[in-house]
Amino acid sequence: MTVADLQPAGDAYRPPTDVAARDIMDLAFGLIRVLDDEGMAHGPWIPNLSRDTLVEILGTMFTTRAYDARMMKAQRQGKTSFSMRSRGEEAIGATTAKVMGPDDMCFPTYRQASYLIGRGQDPLVMMNQVYGNAADLNRGTQISGMYTAADLGFFSISGNLATQMPQAVGWAMAAKAKGEPTAALGFVGDGSTAEGDMHAALTFASTYRPPVILAIVNNQYAISTDEEVARGSAQTFAQRGIGYGLPSLRVDGNDVLAIHSATSWARDRALDGHGPTVIEFVTYRASAHSSSDDPTRYRPEDEFDEFPLGDPIKRLRLHLQHLGYTNDQANELDTTIRVMIEAKNDEAEAIGTINTGERPPLSKTFELVYETMPAHLVRQQKQAGLQ
Amino acid sequence: MTATETATENAETARELTYVGAFNEGIKQLMREDEDIFVAGEDVGIQGGVFGSFSGLADEFGERRAVDTPIAEQAIVGLGIGAAVAGLRPVVDLMFMDFIMVAMDQIANQAAKLKYMFGGKAELPLTITTNGGAGLSAAAQHSQSLEAFLCHVPGLKVVMPSSPHDLKGLLVACVRDNNPTILVKNKAMLGVTGPVPEELYEIPLGVGAKVREGTDVTIVAYSRMVSESMKAAERLADEGINCEIIDPRTVQPLDTDIIVESAKKTNRVVVVHEAVRFGGLGAEIAAQVQEEAFDYLDAPVARVAAPFSPIPFSPGLEGHYVPNAKRIAAGIRETLGRPAPGA
Ligand SMILES: Cc1ncc(C[n+]2csc(CCOP(=O)(O)OP(=O)(O)O)c2C)c(N)n1
Ligand SMILES: [Mg+2]
Repeated sequence: MTVADLQPAGDAYRPPTDVAARDIMDLAFGLIRVLDDEGMAHGPWIPNLSRDTLVEILGTMFTTRAYDARMMKAQRQGKTSFSMRSRGEEAIGATTAKVMGPDDMCFPTYRQASYLIGRGQDPLVMMNQVYGNAADLNRGTQISGMYTAADLGFFSISGNLATQMPQAVGWAMAAKAKGEPTAALGFVGDGSTAEGDMHAALTFASTYRPPVILAIVNNQYAISTDEEVARGSAQTFAQRGIGYGLPSLRVDGNDVLAIHSATSWARDRALDGHGPTVIEFVTYRASAHSSSDDPTRYRPEDEFDEFPLGDPIKRLRLHLQHLGYTNDQANELDTTIRVMIEAKNDEAEAIGTINTGERPPLSKTFELVYETMPAHLVRQQKQAGLQ
Repeated sequence: MTATETATENAETARELTYVGAFNEGIKQLMREDEDIFVAGEDVGIQGGVFGSFSGLADEFGERRAVDTPIAEQAIVGLGIGAAVAGLRPVVDLMFMDFIMVAMDQIANQAAKLKYMFGGKAELPLTITTNGGAGLSAAAQHSQSLEAFLCHVPGLKVVMPSSPHDLKGLLVACVRDNNPTILVKNKAMLGVTGPVPEELYEIPLGVGAKVREGTDVTIVAYSRMVSESMKAAERLADEGINCEIIDPRTVQPLDTDIIVESAKKTNRVVVVHEAVRFGGLGAEIAAQVQEEAFDYLDAPVARVAAPFSPIPFSPGLEGHYVPNAKRIAAGIRETLGRPAPGA
């Protein structure tokens, strides 16, 4: 775990959105922060956000944390095969979901459940997917936690890393070609930046300058390996963008205000025709990589407590207190959400889990392969007694 | 030398080991014997691999010989090729077989062809290890059996062991081979136990094994489908059907002789694999059997394999998708023109 030089909150300057990459290179090496350790907001990156919006973002983070914990419990109970949490990094999805427009498209990784929840997805819909039950919109075809929600601007999550980044660039190129005022937001993990797809995405973004935000979520780990394995000799991940001539920001990923402001800056830039932005969000993966992982094999158990950027939920709560939203109010919200998650989970389990309830129809696994089933597939479907 | 012979030969030192334990023991013994061997891949160092295959290597051999790489499969295979040409004996790991697709240019256009393109002057003692197969509810992108892609490329050797014993012996052969080899472990078998001799032993590549002697029908199966075929054979024995099972063990190069010999004896062949049926190895094996033993066949060569769809997540659906003993038995009854029991 390394969080190079911690720049104090409010210290980083805010350039105009039409700035050239070479004029803001230092922003790729510093850290854009708004909230200080006492929860006070500072500097030119303070976004113009109402208290209500901040409380909504807090609610999304509470929901995600409770949801993730509940689904991990379900995995331990054998009710689903696999589970991944985003504890410690909920702020990134929860906040960017509020920045992106209704017709924008997010190309997520498996660690952005908070984006989907922030876009208004009903946790029940997500639970049905995790349980692969009869109400699952994916009809039991896609692995637990790899959601898709076209209507909410949430591209289908890939289990194979970094493929979404060139796709985000392609989506943005199409938006530009069609003259639509929309932008794409692609997320990739620190470890996955090593994939060729990521570097190709940067090249294409650099060449075609489409309205895309390439967001690197540096949560310090790629399964068991420290972020420095992929970062190599570079000082930061944001620095990658500079080589491609792209404006690149390094942002405190546990600071809701900084995330909101930096993402809005990049989106404004994209919509004004100034092209792509690279953003590194610095955060911490507080839980295991997945339900199959045991982090005590490779990192100290109390490391999260030492993480200099803290816990995004605690930090936003502290800030809200300065705005008159009390700790008691926050606790009440948290409790209401936990109760809601339990109730939704009861509802989902009543429909079915991976081994209880009515199964999604087997015929769908044949029907979903092509738009029109080729003859040999029709034959197989018949042989399987499904038609 | 067949698997049975090797096992008997080493029976005295055999203990029960898991499939993944046999791999782990084999790679450690190989690395003790030959300093040029190193492993590289995602999470193979400090963690010892996400499935524990490389457990303890970093401790015993240091980080120089158990290398945690960045996540870039094409570069992992590429570094293996470079290091092999430079005279080392790399074992590079691709966590899931599905991820070979990311590295396919390095595998198919480079590793497979270097000897040929260097006019024979390059040697490529490169081993690629990976984990394939379904059954863990890991869905479309983490469950595939993609061996047909690999077998189609001249220059590669592809190995799919069906037991802890074979895994260790074939690993040794792969690592010692001077051609690029791809060893595909089966994920659903990692905890399966079986007798494994303690010392290093080698099972030659390209040599199949008769794992069950029979007279009525030949089942050709590899990897996890061997144990499913065994179960099917036991069921069918109760119905008076006596199955012979051939495990080619190496699917490229394929031991056609052992399959054809068995076909000539039983006159019926059923090929079983987890991969989708269309364009799978079953098609190749069926074609070779009819080329070599057409006059001996009493029925068309049958195939029991997966339908032409991605692998579903829900265990209920996956159970229907992946061939199992029940479906194998049904395929054999059909080939023999026998009714299902109770039918
Ligand atoms: C092409 C490919 N290679 C490897 C993997 C296995 N894998 C899954 S997640 C992961 C680590 C990713 O780390 P990072 O990008 O930092 O994301 P994080 O899990 O930390 O959010 C690996 C190696 C994969 N799914 N796909
Ligand atoms: Mg990471």
